[in-house]
Amino acid sequence: MNFNSSTQAKITWCPGCTNSAILIAFRQAVSELVEEQKVELKNVVILSGIGCHGKITDYVNFNSFTSLHGRLVPTMTGVKIGNPSLSVFGFSGDGDTFDEGVAHLAHAARRNSDINLFIHNNQLFALTTGQATALSPKGFKGRSTPEGNLEEPFNPLLFVLGAGASFVARTYALDIPGTKDIMKKAAEHKGFSFVEIVQPCITFFDTREALKDKRYFLDETYPTNNLSIALEKVQEQGEKIPFGIFYENQRPSFEELLHNGLK
Amino acid sequence: MKNEKQNNLITIVSGGAAGDGARSVGGNLARLLVKEGFEVFESVDYPSIIRGGHNFARLSFSNQRVYNDHSLINILIAFNQETIQLHRDKFTSETIILANDFTGEEISEFGARAIKLPMEIYANKENAPMIASGSVALGAVCFLLNLSFEKLEEALNDVFQEKHLAVNVVLAKQGYQYLKEKQIIYPRNFESIQPIQQNKEVLNASETFGQGMVQAGLDYYVAYPMTPASPILHFLAKQNVSLGIKIVQPESELSVINMALGIAYTGKRVAIGTSGGGFALMQESFSFAGMGEIPLLIAMVQRPAPASGVPTYTSQADLLFILNSGHGEFPRIVIAPGDAEEAFQAGADGLNLAWKYQLPVIVLTDKHIGESAQSGQINKNKTNINIEKGKIVFEANTDYKRYEITDDGISPMIFPGVSDIIVKVNSYEHNEKGVTTENAKDVVVMQDKRFAKLVEIKKEFEIRDTVKIYGDVTSKTVVVFWGSTKGAVLEAAKYLAQSVKFLQIVWLEPFDVEAVLFHLQDADMIIDIEGNHDGQLAKLIRQKTGIDIKQKILKYDTRPFDPFELAKEIIILLESVK
Repeated sequence: MNFNSSTQAKITWCPGCTNSAILIAFRQAVSELVEEQKVELKNVVILSGIGCHGKITDYVNFNSFTSLHGRLVPTMTGVKIGNPSLSVFGFSGDGDTFDEGVAHLAHAARRNSDINLFIHNNQLFALTTGQATALSPKGFKGRSTPEGNLEEPFNPLLFVLGAGASFVARTYALDIPGTKDIMKKAAEHKGFSFVEIVQPCITFFDTREALKDKRYFLDETYPTNNLSIALEKVQEQGEKIPFGIFYENQRPSFEELLHNGLK
Repeated sequence: MKNEKQNNLITIVSGGAAGDGARSVGGNLARLLVKEGFEVFESVDYPSIIRGGHNFARLSFSNQRVYNDHSLINILIAFNQETIQLHRDKFTSETIILANDFTGEEISEFGARAIKLPMEIYANKENAPMIASGSVALGAVCFLLNLSFEKLEEALNDVFQEKHLAVNVVLAKQGYQYLKEKQIIYPRNFESIQPIQQNKEVLNASETFGQGMVQAGLDYYVAYPMTPASPILHFLAKQNVSLGIKIVQPESELSVINMALGIAYTGKRVAIGTSGGGFALMQESFSFAGMGEIPLLIAMVQRPAPASGVPTYTSQADLLFILNSGHGEFPRIVIAPGDAEEAFQAGADGLNLAWKYQLPVIVLTDKHIGESAQSGQINKNKTNINIEKGKIVFEANTDYKRYEITDDGISPMIFPGVSDIIVKVNSYEHNEKGVTTENAKDVVVMQDKRFAKLVEIKKEFEIRDTVKIYGDVTSKTVVVFWGSTKGAVLEAAKYLAQSVKFLQIVWLEPFDVEAVLFHLQDADMIIDIEGNHDGQLAKLIRQKTGIDIKQKILKYDTRPFDPFELAKEIIILLESVK
């Protein structure tokens, strides 16, 4: 078993797709977690939903479970319930989780399932060739909304904070070291970890230019243990968009309670 | 007709508004009568209401096996006035009525058979809640039937916690004394029904199904509340610690089945339970269990549909839905037990078969057996049920393939974290490694691999009861049925003068064509009896054997068959061809 080994599956993402950057960041994160003896490689299980992101399970030679569209999150909880010593990582898209599977997301956050959910947020359905999702901006012109999307998008971080997520972060797909660091922090967090990976879709919704000078990082003075501040911070409407860990707190995970009982 | 009535059978109905304890009288009577050595069958009838409405328990008992309760009433316990009116069409000239009060008209109509029993007054005197007034009725019935009061105390002791036990015993004693002092004697010759000791107990199919699963090594039960599947959830949840299992109730049926797939991936034995609407929601994931070859046991407890249907009543209308459920083609096993004893076996077999063949197994029951109680015996000794693990391995080469092609279609199964071996499961069509494929040849190879398992599964036909035969095996008149209809059919058989062979189809998929043909092909007359509108079993039999069953007795008013009424219908059909 080797964290760099591949399955020999042909990579079918578009040439230059930012999913590759997420894959690299994840390989590095696992590699470092294993080196630091925080995670055992044999206990790493990755799951995916359906969408461009979902191909990731084919490309990495880790234990994997390619789930159904929108049903990734309860499957992840099932894996963690069945064997709590496994480290459970889920890759999902904005359509996969915030459209088809949004109820599961809210409940996993509420019950604080000890799983790590990474959302590839490219703000549209890409594998189905470009329709609006629940995270597409109002006015977005896609193949199903040629005159512009009528609906307001969710604020994904506000949504999961409201539902009770105990680790909430945002990272940028093309910032590989930053993404890797946050993935590691998410893995080390005991409880429901939610990471929004802002991801330009180079084919259908290329936001690389728009995001170029619009990102800033939460600095060390930012208190990650304050829900009120986090709720405000994730709604910040300024020149620049904040990235980093918005919120982190500790409470017993669902799987701990299930196996050890209340008290 | 052999007999107009069964002289050794007594039926008692206890009815009232929801919440006033009428139904619990039925359950306690069942316990009492089984302790006395009788055979019982008790059903419950209730609307989807928490307080108010009308609900009742109906119990038939005898000194020979009772497969189903009957509708003609010997004793009615009426908690309110409405109960007498709602049930009077099932009175005979001998029916005794126990009630708090009667109208003048009722007294003049029923005379000495109307027995005023001060249930409410006694309960009030003891400062007991109204629900405890049922114990007064229990005591009264105990006297009427000349049963032992000590046995009634034992039965109450089994049910009530210590703090409630004493008052219920006091109330029962008062009911017993009240009739004794009035010297009311049951007018029928009850002496003819002597109990026979059999060491049976009161069984319920939801509980025995749960016990069967537990004995076959169940680790997790996952379910979302839905009538009438919830009794399984409640039973397993209440005893989860002593049974050594974990219960999860997620946010929806979609979550239930996907959580279960995740649990099974880690090597833990998991079952889920729902009714038609919930299973309809699970369709895509059910198909995934087939594609991913994930062992999963599903309890599908039918209730009347379409849509929300008639939630608290019974139906057999989901047979073809279950057989055709899930998009695409993949093998599955569908077993339909007909009573609580068979439900125990189905729970154990279902879990074992799911793991042996790495596929989804459905145990198809319905509200009628899921919520009824009956006397019976199950083998609670764990050593009698083998835990069949299937092709589980703990070591493998690094080139391990989760979907390795094998002669029998079953691949060795290892679980993530057990060793350094990588395990990849995939909802997309995949190669042996579990990596997605769209290659036309790969698709055929994998589809053939999955269906190769069906050939293996059919070998089970030799050791399992795929069909069961009752009555006269040589008869050329055959009555065919499945699931809970077994009870009413076998009870109706007691009224038939003509010799009939009764064929119960237990395995609905894969279908034991040879066995069914053997029993049907030489028949002069076949009658299909089902609790649905379309005659779904008859359709299935025609599809599988080419035999077109013309005579059908179908009931879809959402109430279970009454044995006596069913016997009359069977006789009409039998005579129509003479």
